[in-house]
Amino acid sequence: MKMESFSRRDFLKRSGALVVTFSLAHPLAQAAEKGAAAPKTVALDQVDGFVAIDSKGRVTVYSGKVDLGTGVYTALIQIAADELYVPMERVSLVEGDTALTPDQGNTWGSLSIQIGGMQLRQACATAREALLAQAASKLGVQRSAVSVKEGIITAGAGSRGVTYGQLIGGRNFEMKVDAKAPLKPPSEYTIVGKSVNRLDIPGKVTGKFTYIHDFRRKGMLHARIVRPTGMRADLLSLDDSGAKKIPGYVSTVRKGNFVAAVARSEWAAIRGAGAIKASWSKWEGLPEKSRTWEHVRNTKVVRDESFQKVGDTAKAMPTGARQLSATYDFAVHTHGSMGPSCAVAEFQGGKLTVWTPSQATHMLRRQLAKMLDMKAEDIRCIYIEGAGCYGRNGHEDAAAEAALIAKETGRPVRLQWSRADEHGWSPKGPPTLLENRAALDANGSVLAWEVMGYMPNRPKGFEVTLTAAELAGLPKDTAFPGNIFQSLAVPYTFPNIQATARWLAETPCKPSWIRTPGRMQNTYANECFMDECAAAASTDPVEYRLRQLKDPRGAECIDRCVRMANWTPRGKTPRDKGDIARGRGFSYIKYELVRTYVAVVADVSVNRRTGQVKVDRFYVAHDCGQIINPDGLRNQIDGNVIQTVSRTLIEDLQWDRSMVTSLDWRSYPILRFPDVPAVFIDLIDRPSERPWGAGEPTAAVVPSAIANAIYDAVGVRVRSVPFMPDKVLAALRTA
Amino acid sequence: MATTLTLDVNGKSHDLRVDDPQMPLLLALRENLGLHGPRFGCGLAQCGSCTVHVDGKAVRSCVYPVKQAAGRKVVTLEGLGTGSKLHPLQEAFIQEQAVQCGYCINGMIMQAAELLATNKRPSEDQIRQALADNLCRCGTHLRIVRAVKRASEMMA
Repeated sequence: MKMESFSRRDFLKRSGALVVTFSLAHPLAQAAEKGAAAPKTVALDQVDGFVAIDSKGRVTVYSGKVDLGTGVYTALIQIAADELYVPMERVSLVEGDTALTPDQGNTWGSLSIQIGGMQLRQACATAREALLAQAASKLGVQRSAVSVKEGIITAGAGSRGVTYGQLIGGRNFEMKVDAKAPLKPPSEYTIVGKSVNRLDIPGKVTGKFTYIHDFRRKGMLHARIVRPTGMRADLLSLDDSGAKKIPGYVSTVRKGNFVAAVARSEWAAIRGAGAIKASWSKWEGLPEKSRTWEHVRNTKVVRDESFQKVGDTAKAMPTGARQLSATYDFAVHTHGSMGPSCAVAEFQGGKLTVWTPSQATHMLRRQLAKMLDMKAEDIRCIYIEGAGCYGRNGHEDAAAEAALIAKETGRPVRLQWSRADEHGWSPKGPPTLLENRAALDANGSVLAWEVMGYMPNRPKGFEVTLTAAELAGLPKDTAFPGNIFQSLAVPYTFPNIQATARWLAETPCKPSWIRTPGRMQNTYANECFMDECAAAASTDPVEYRLRQLKDPRGAECIDRCVRMANWTPRGKTPRDKGDIARGRGFSYIKYELVRTYVAVVADVSVNRRTGQVKVDRFYVAHDCGQIINPDGLRNQIDGNVIQTVSRTLIEDLQWDRSMVTSLDWRSYPILRFPDVPAVFIDLIDRPSERPWGAGEPTAAVVPSAIANAIYDAVGVRVRSVPFMPDKVLAALRTA
Repeated sequence: MATTLTLDVNGKSHDLRVDDPQMPLLLALRENLGLHGPRFGCGLAQCGSCTVHVDGKAVRSCVYPVKQAAGRKVVTLEGLGTGSKLHPLQEAFIQEQAVQCGYCINGMIMQAAELLATNKRPSEDQIRQALADNLCRCGTHLRIVRAVKRASEMMA
């Protein structure tokens, strides 16, 4: 090989190639061999934050975003493997470990692929480019002469190759992620865009998978919390003499209003907690459930904040040919994870390790540090998958409670919540009230559009503190939701728009983000009201939207949906005469006005006699740009639809003046198999576009599509989620 | 009062020392035998995550006293297949990718296995009815139904 006669120095001089060298042995690889703690960078701007390659060419990628049962574990590996030109089998993924993974933000907001995956992709591209450059210099050829396949870099046919393992083999890259490192051309993807089988599924169907609930530490104790009878009730007296007689019972931890039964076995902890006699002060600070909306309307307003202002609605509103208004409300929902929240915590040498299914290990660490008055660097939170959480459920609270008990007992502690803990004490999606007003012009088009959403203020009215800190009276660090005002703004080209968040000082239950937070409620009101405007204009609701939409990509999504659904507007055709009336509803979103497009058609049957609504079918057209894993995406869309049909039709958290009273699946029913609609999906793949999120956008349009279908079926508007039979009957009676 | 019970789980006999014979079978399987298949979901027999077979019947092990299982044949998700061969339901759940978080899947498979033992070619409606008391929060229902259907075809 001629090129090899060049000295490396000569070559670099001639080619002007970037000098790439790698530092000494990778500390993580060394640490792993020695079994020591791993000092590894978690910096977001460092390649080493995301990627390590050992001497055998095995790749480990590090993700701050975690798989909450959505399939991103597999999808992220697809992205990394393709970008690095290695087979998937060679790549493993470490998720959500504060000591090892970059803080890429909470796993929320449908951002795991869109943000997390793209950061990972860029880091992998940087690493690959560096390896190619180094290989070129090693092979004595120009950078443009080398190419890589399956982790082996060669300079054309017949040239001897050099492997990733030989080049980097356990050493650090020691370089910043290069935002300009060229990405693999989409046409060359061999793994991205394929319906690769999820890597976690075989273990999950055979009982080999380890969920947090299966995780054990040596010498570990089990705990169960004894909860107050009212949300903010105080502990008056405690008698644990009965608990102490239970075989295996170890001790009772009491700190303020925090009471935990600790035992050698889970059953002894459960029995012990049941045997503890605690009396609590009377606390009745919750509003009457039946007066929720009055309460929300009367809650102190912190401020009104505008999120979309076009023209001048105040001026335009009275000039319309016709004015409409409607109020929508959306009940309090709970995440309802199938497995209760769970965590294992252990103190060793003044340092705390928590194993947790938290969607936010970095945020949790910060909250724990505050509560326990520790330095964040002395706490390590390690993600282990739990049951799907769909937002912030009780995982973080269980982690903090486990940590507190571990601290008090000096032993590793596993805490698994009871079902009543999960339903009663996890934070909740806040009640949301929305008021819409519109004026239509002479053609029926929207002249002025106003929407006002009543939602708990961030940060003050929407503090998600740790229950352990609250109950034990320890310092509290709060967590706040993402942008719950999103989707107040509308995607339509109305000449006058005013979208406002009315930030409230408080909300009845401890608030949380639950799948599609804010966007679901806001889209529900806007897209129902759009349907009302279309009806007032005697125009087909699809046509009505299209004529007020200047977004070809959105229009295409709508078009593909209505074609798939074979949409024929009912308009003024006679409705079903019998007890069962069928109807179709349409809804559309451009998520947060900047990403994923979804258009849906819902087919429903309404029983006029009982008021029962059944959703028969959903048609979903979905455009999230580049699709990483089509089958995984379909799985997510199914989930978005089915879970939200459940929330829309039957979910309504109950409480009395003291406590949540929906404490099990009887008092908080969810949709069951016989009531699950068929789901038809049309995926619009755009391989050359950047990928957007898919965990939430479809859910946003489900409630409005159902409401609009009910109107189509029976000619009445139901404006209160959930659409329980009594509400439908009441609407029918006033029709 | 601690007692010793003999449990036959997945074809193997185990002597178990338990403090309380009323302890749910689920805890014996998970804690004493270290199994991961059956899962704690509600402890109230409402969700189905904990389902195992006792003498061929699907039972909710979270409310089934361990002493009652003594002398009976207990089969869990781990013992559903034969040797290294997966049960057709497990195979079908992989083929249909009928899992999201997977927490309920143990119950879905164990309940469906009971169905297929008595009804070899169930209709979609019959599958939905058979699984009506098994809850799934992720919304994987449609894939689960397809997987059960596929398994029944594989077993035909």
